[in-house]
Amino acid sequence: MSLKTVLALTALAGAAIAGPARAQAPITVTLKDHRFSPAEIRVAANQPAILNVVNDDPLAEEFDSTALKVEKVIAGKQSGTVRIHPLRPGRYPFMGEYHSATAQGVVVAQ
Amino acid sequence: MLATLLIVFREVIEAGLIVGIVLAATQGVVGRGLWVTAGAAGGLLGACIVAAFAGGLASLFQGSGQELFNAAILILAVGMLTWHNVWMATHGKEMSRELKAVGAEVRRGGKSLLALAIVVGVAVLREGSEVVLFLYGVAAGGGASAASLLLGGALGVALGAGLSLLMYLGLLAIPAHRLFAATTGLITLLAAGLASQAAAFLQQGGVIGVLQTPLWDTSAILPEGGMAGRLLKTLVGYTDQPNGLQLIAWLGVVALMLTLMRLVNRSRVAWTVSPSATAHPAE
Repeated sequence: MSLKTVLALTALAGAAIAGPARAQAPITVTLKDHRFSPAEIRVAANQPAILNVVNDDPLAEEFDSTALKVEKVIAGKQSGTVRIHPLRPGRYPFMGEYHSATAQGVVVAQ
Repeated sequence: MLATLLIVFREVIEAGLIVGIVLAATQGVVGRGLWVTAGAAGGLLGACIVAAFAGGLASLFQGSGQELFNAAILILAVGMLTWHNVWMATHGKEMSRELKAVGAEVRRGGKSLLALAIVVGVAVLREGSEVVLFLYGVAAGGGASAASLLLGGALGVALGAGLSLLMYLGLLAIPAHRLFAATTGLITLLAAGLASQAAAFLQQGGVIGVLQTPLWDTSAILPEGGMAGRLLKTLVGYTDQPNGLQLIAWLGVVALMLTLMRLVNRSRVAWTVSPSATAHPAE
């Protein structure tokens, strides 16, 4: 029953927002030698954004951010889509969980 | 080695807590060891498969394959936990009261065990695939020697399993007649937490685009990324910045679970020969 509820919500919401949410041009972030570049990403506040995270390392990495509510594994030499929901102005750190000593970055919403 | 140890420990304890609750909830049920082992083994196998095909999985559904997969297995686990609790609400009390008449019930108990084996499988699959990917990365990267990788991984597994075992033993220290209520409560919160995480994955995958604004922020008091935050996230779905959809999913599952358990309990009382039997203390 919770599944049904979720599916129903899914269908409703999907139909309602599919248009505007996909209209943004993706921002490319490259991971190389376990460092993000750019490490600081500026997005417009209160608007959805899409990151195209390119993992240029041969190893998998997990793009992880509790502030952005994103947990996404990106395999080596692959890219992944990270959706950013409309953010209030502020700084939202993220990291590559498998190499968090160097793989650090921040999304700045303004 | 320390990095390996920490990451492996973290993932193992997240899966281990769930396995511990399942083991406590099935205390005394015949054949549970086999089912739980089968669930864990299936989850481990699945973890390797998911890790091996991580790239392909991610590119499905316009780049949302991974989020949808995560949401799907979490929702599956929520369903199984609900089933278990409702099943236990119907049969659990009579099972603990009249151990003689358990024969046929235990065979039906297999169904509930199957549900919980699936939950164990999902837990191991989720955390295991991250461990496999990470260890593979460390091994392939050549930064750490194989020995140090192995040592870190083994220590991480041992520590995580040890702590999970402690929690399991702690649960068993609860008097038998209270254990049932305790595990029912834990499983309800566990299911609600998984539902809230599933909701977040559906949002992250772009499937649901509403109710995404955080309702409050407790990251200054209890950060979700810290050890305590992570454990609470596993056990009850704690998040330091919950959004509307997560809250609805969490509350919805708790409400659904309580309603279903009350319904089956009431229908049982209706055709029980002696209603006073239900008021009989368990010990």
